Amino acid sequence: MSLCRIRLLALTLAIALGTTGPAAAQGVLRIGLNDDPDALDPTISRAYTGRLVFAALCDKLFDVTPDLKIVPQLATGFEWAPDQRSIVIKLRPGVKFHDGEVVNAEAVKFNIERHISTPGSFRKTEIGQISSVDVLNDLTVRFSLSEPLVPLLAALTDRAGMMVSPKAARALGDRLGTRPVCAGPFRFVERVAQGRIALERFADYWDKASIHLDRVEFVPITDSTARLASLRSGDLHLIERASPTDLPEIRGDARLKVVGVPELGYQMIPLNVANGPRSKTLADVRVRQAIDLAIDRETLVKTVFNNEYIPGNQWVSPGSTYYNARFPVARRDVARARQLLKDAGQPNLTFTLIVPPERDRQEAAQIIQAMLAEAGITMNIQTQENVTMLTNGRKGDFEAYFTFWSGRPDPDGNVFTQSTCKGAQNDSHYCNADVDALLTKARQVADPAQRKKLYDRATEIMVRDVPRLLLWHRRVFTAYSAKVTGFTPYPDGIIRLKGLKLN
Amino acid sequence: MSLALYVARRVVVLLPTLFFVSVLIFSLQKLLPGDAAVALAGEENDPAAVAAIRARYHLDRPVVVQYGIWMARVLRGDLGESLRNRLPVAELLAAKLPVTVELAVCSMTVALVIGIPAGVLSAARRGGPVDVAANVVALSGLSVPHFWLGIMLILLFAVRLGWLPASGYVPPWEDLGRNLTTILLPSVVLGTGVAGVMMRHTRGAMLQVLDADYVRTARAKSVPERLVVLKHALRNALIPVITLGAIEFGRLLSGAVLTEQIFAIPGFGKMLVDGVLNRDYAVVQGVVLVSATLYVLLNLLADVLYFLANPRLRGA
Repeated sequence: MSLCRIRLLALTLAIALGTTGPAAAQGVLRIGLNDDPDALDPTISRAYTGRLVFAALCDKLFDVTPDLKIVPQLATGFEWAPDQRSIVIKLRPGVKFHDGEVVNAEAVKFNIERHISTPGSFRKTEIGQISSVDVLNDLTVRFSLSEPLVPLLAALTDRAGMMVSPKAARALGDRLGTRPVCAGPFRFVERVAQGRIALERFADYWDKASIHLDRVEFVPITDSTARLASLRSGDLHLIERASPTDLPEIRGDARLKVVGVPELGYQMIPLNVANGPRSKTLADVRVRQAIDLAIDRETLVKTVFNNEYIPGNQWVSPGSTYYNARFPVARRDVARARQLLKDAGQPNLTFTLIVPPERDRQEAAQIIQAMLAEAGITMNIQTQENVTMLTNGRKGDFEAYFTFWSGRPDPDGNVFTQSTCKGAQNDSHYCNADVDALLTKARQVADPAQRKKLYDRATEIMVRDVPRLLLWHRRVFTAYSAKVTGFTPYPDGIIRLKGLKLN
Repeated sequence: MSLALYVARRVVVLLPTLFFVSVLIFSLQKLLPGDAAVALAGEENDPAAVAAIRARYHLDRPVVVQYGIWMARVLRGDLGESLRNRLPVAELLAAKLPVTVELAVCSMTVALVIGIPAGVLSAARRGGPVDVAANVVALSGLSVPHFWLGIMLILLFAVRLGWLPASGYVPPWEDLGRNLTTILLPSVVLGTGVAGVMMRHTRGAMLQVLDADYVRTARAKSVPERLVVLKHALRNALIPVITLGAIEFGRLLSGAVLTEQIFAIPGFGKMLVDGVLNRDYAVVQGVVLVSATLYVLLNLLADVLYFLANPRLRGA
């Protein structure tokens, strides 16, 4: 390269540096995501980060409040039939999709049918019990169900309740995810795969008075250090699920704010109760109780997570309405654990825990290993990449593995498929007829107080049976620039842009 | 031997190479434990959903049949569809290619601008302080992990000084200024690594040439030292450096996993890693096939340049 060209390059760079700075146009909010979302089509989307984008893009029939109450969004109200086998939903008038089409009962019917009939739909398992959708008038629909299912409403607060423009869906077919057309506060502009997703304010949004941003950009940055650096430099205004190890740095920076709320989900170790030949080791309930008793959850959370997370022992966090307060996190009892093992005839219990190569679970596994050793239990740690571990979990090729459930707003989503005999997520193959009956009944009762009673009884049985070790609940930390005001954290970690301002 | 014949020969060897690469990567992926359908189904991995995914992507067929289906499509110019995004792989690759090429070109520029002058200088001043300093810098460039250097540069230039953006990518046709600022730090990170290699090789080649008889003759004719080094010696010394440059450039084109991750640059490396983690077979196959082709073609190009530059080869 000649000297002249080098000079030219230097000059170009100098001009570039001079003309652009980190400051961007007013009203553009940039959000850092932990990874790249998959298809932006509510029917076939499955990645968590996709839900953050959808919150700006696609309104739902219902939403949840920060304390998990279900409130109408595209709907204005609902009414269950007395037998809970059908529900009538009234729609908000005057709502438009981004392409100008009207959100009406026909559009809702189209969307629900699309969720159920599209091959490879991930919504079918959530709302597959809807057997038909009837248009009662332009703004009223009735969903008929194949079985009573109260948690259906909660499913409609997430992707299953998102409405896309039927016209766009028909035109784009299974490529709708490349140019989604919904009825949310922002409309789709462009997407660079593994790069940014840009949205701009939708002028005809039904609740436009509460939207104060012109544009939103989502940028996936996998590395947490780099993500935080981008927030500190002003390239990003907000990052989701900030790492607890980064909290001291964030709190020490006056230009940043951070808030945390308990997650909906839980971190757990499913134990192989009856799934194939490898269930032999932990089939005896006393052995499982012994392991459970030998773990000191408070110390675990203090040492590994700096006390930022919440020790837990049930499928909802201790702050939840559905937590059974009669069975709080038990104190560690090594003597009793040893006694139980002796009674079970396995005083020198040895088993293997599969752990994915990820910092949080690896460190927690090591602490648990040391705690169990004090009760005479040898726990071997086997590292396995996440997908491999999950595949082995499904096949029953495990004694124990370390995973989590991200959580759902309705309690049913946290416990039914995980704990019923035929539940799809029940890799332990734990099966208790009473638990099955209670959890099934809880799906058919609309009254929260009555549901709570049913769940309390199921929890009581499961706390005793220990089909899985429920260990802790994370807090979802959202970190943002001090320029951002009006941010309200939600336990699902999804960022709602209504009321949010960038000063 | 004519150039055409030489190229033709090389191309004939190229096709089986690519075929072998595709078979290898396909079988390696299938050896990976972990079910793609489970990975794809995510948390709601209901058995029915998993079975539907398996059928849709032929994951229930024998591996040989899966390879056959894939190969038949590739021969028709169709690289398949991403299992995760449901976008055509060719479209994804087309979107990443300019990013990866730009990053590779910029990194290579950094490498050449630093590596070759440093190599020439340290050879010309062999044993002197300049030589020692250049060697230390080159070795550091080689040994400092990209990951660390990247974070340090972000902390300095983006967080502390606020001169450059910390991450992200803007295409040049959208905003050239912003494009250059986003690509600068990653290019420096990648380029300094390559610069170390280039410097060491340039220095080695220069030292060899500077000891050659014709250089001594030139000096004896009292040609000024600057001319001896830059005109007589450097030209000859550059031949092996060109080959090395082509290989390094090929490596850069196959994507820079860590650097792309840190700076959130949507290039091949990031696509490949995401593909492997998500068991997105079609994407991994596509990226590997395209980068292998680029790599092989660049090597061919280097050989052709070498062939043209070195008359002795033509007689062989």
